Amino acid sequence: MAAECLLRVENIGFAIRGHSILHEVSVQVAASEIVALIGPNGAGKSTLVRVALGLLAPDCGRVWRKPGLRIGYMPQRLSVDDTLPLTVQRFITLGSPASREQVQAVLAEVGADQVLNTPVQRISGGEMQRVLLARALLRKPDLLVLDEPIQGVDLNGQYDLYDLISGLRQRRGCGILMVSHELHLVMAATDQVLCLNRHVCCSGHPDHVARDPAYLALFGLDGARRLAVYHHHHNHRHDLHGAVVAGEVDT
Amino acid sequence: MDDFLPRALAGGFGVALAAGPLGTFVVWRRMAYFGDALAHSGLLGVALGALLGVNPQWGVTVICLVVALALALLQRQRRLATDTLLGLLAHTTLSLGLVGLAFLETVRIDLVGYLFGDILAISVVDLYWIWGGALLALATLTVLWRPLLAATVHEELARVEGVAVFPVQLAFMLLIAIVIAVAMKVVGILLITSLLIIPAAAARRFAHSPEGMAALASALGCAAIGIGLWASLRWDTPAGPSVVVAAAALFILGHAFPGSART
Repeated sequence: MAAECLLRVENIGFAIRGHSILHEVSVQVAASEIVALIGPNGAGKSTLVRVALGLLAPDCGRVWRKPGLRIGYMPQRLSVDDTLPLTVQRFITLGSPASREQVQAVLAEVGADQVLNTPVQRISGGEMQRVLLARALLRKPDLLVLDEPIQGVDLNGQYDLYDLISGLRQRRGCGILMVSHELHLVMAATDQVLCLNRHVCCSGHPDHVARDPAYLALFGLDGARRLAVYHHHHNHRHDLHGAVVAGEVDT
Repeated sequence: MDDFLPRALAGGFGVALAAGPLGTFVVWRRMAYFGDALAHSGLLGVALGALLGVNPQWGVTVICLVVALALALLQRQRRLATDTLLGLLAHTTLSLGLVGLAFLETVRIDLVGYLFGDILAISVVDLYWIWGGALLALATLTVLWRPLLAATVHEELARVEGVAVFPVQLAFMLLIAIVIAVAMKVVGILLITSLLIIPAAAARRFAHSPEGMAALASALGCAAIGIGLWASLRWDTPAGPSVVVAAAALFILGHAFPGSART
């Protein structure tokens, strides 16, 4: 049973001054589906997200968004200049007009209702992530695009935030495209994982990846905060610059 | 014959009223140098106006708008860093203006008046310019307020949420160009940016919302005009610089207040 497709990115190529950032990358997100993008720093995750959102035009390939698609976007970093007096409530309603009660309700949904009247410069990193999520949710999105949503959040908060995000899919039925480099936290609720290192190294259902002995060795046993290094069979290697080199199979 | 003072006040208030809200955005967006660059280009407009034999205000307004447009488009190409671009345009246009004026041997230009303002010589025609420009800027800014604020906080987030960021920013830059062009008579090319920046910076400490800060910046700007003019008449000091000193004094006074909340 295929859910309705919300976003389809096909064979995208993107280069900056001849330097390839993305090469033949495809990804799609359907309603009520969680797709996670993982990969090391500099793998092009945020670039792919920007292309998918229409913020960057790809050099080649196709981006299709369902007509009338409402997107809630949570950018990777957001800091508001100290010279701008802005409460959390005002910040949230910059995205879409809403009454105080509506803002209060959406903040309660993400567990941050205590900061309603606090200046945005005074809230913690974890609260900021929740506030950004609240702003995205207030738009009643069909698709949530979250760029490293757990960044700057302490470990317990990270689990809470992921529970919250996977709960959103059930409660609101929206599709979720999420960037992360902390793979072990992505796994539980994700429908599809896409390993990116300027091209798609591999993709698939997380169960498939999770049963991989290499995955267990890396993440299952000590479950620590590790980068999502590739923990599945590869048919190629990368050199230090991320370029593909032919060679023996890496296990 | 003695109504130069009401004209000076009316002109000053008009500029201060528009400079308040625009200045808050200049502060939030860190565009102080952009204002300076536009002001510098104003002298080229003066030369152009003299060359064509029209009111220099036309020349100044057109040149400021053209430079703002050029900056917006060049900035978009990202070939050069913004501050490099600004320096290039500001000083080229200023020098072009000075060179151009040197060729106009028959025209006597009050250079000091253009550099530091000549608020006491504001004419009725100048008042039309100032209030026309100020009201146009305020009305347009009211329409732009919300999308511009969203784009100021986070450009990409605003774009995803449907704000046409480039047109909004371009319109804002043109508004600054208009206000700077009409403000030249009040404080002059070299001091215009201060009228945008200082009242807004002074208002920050006491403001709890963006709109509150904008309104307070307007009020403080008007106060600086009044105090500066009074001091200028009292001690026979140059009017434009006196206004700027008054604004700076208000800024310092505001920071001496212990109880003011900073949110």
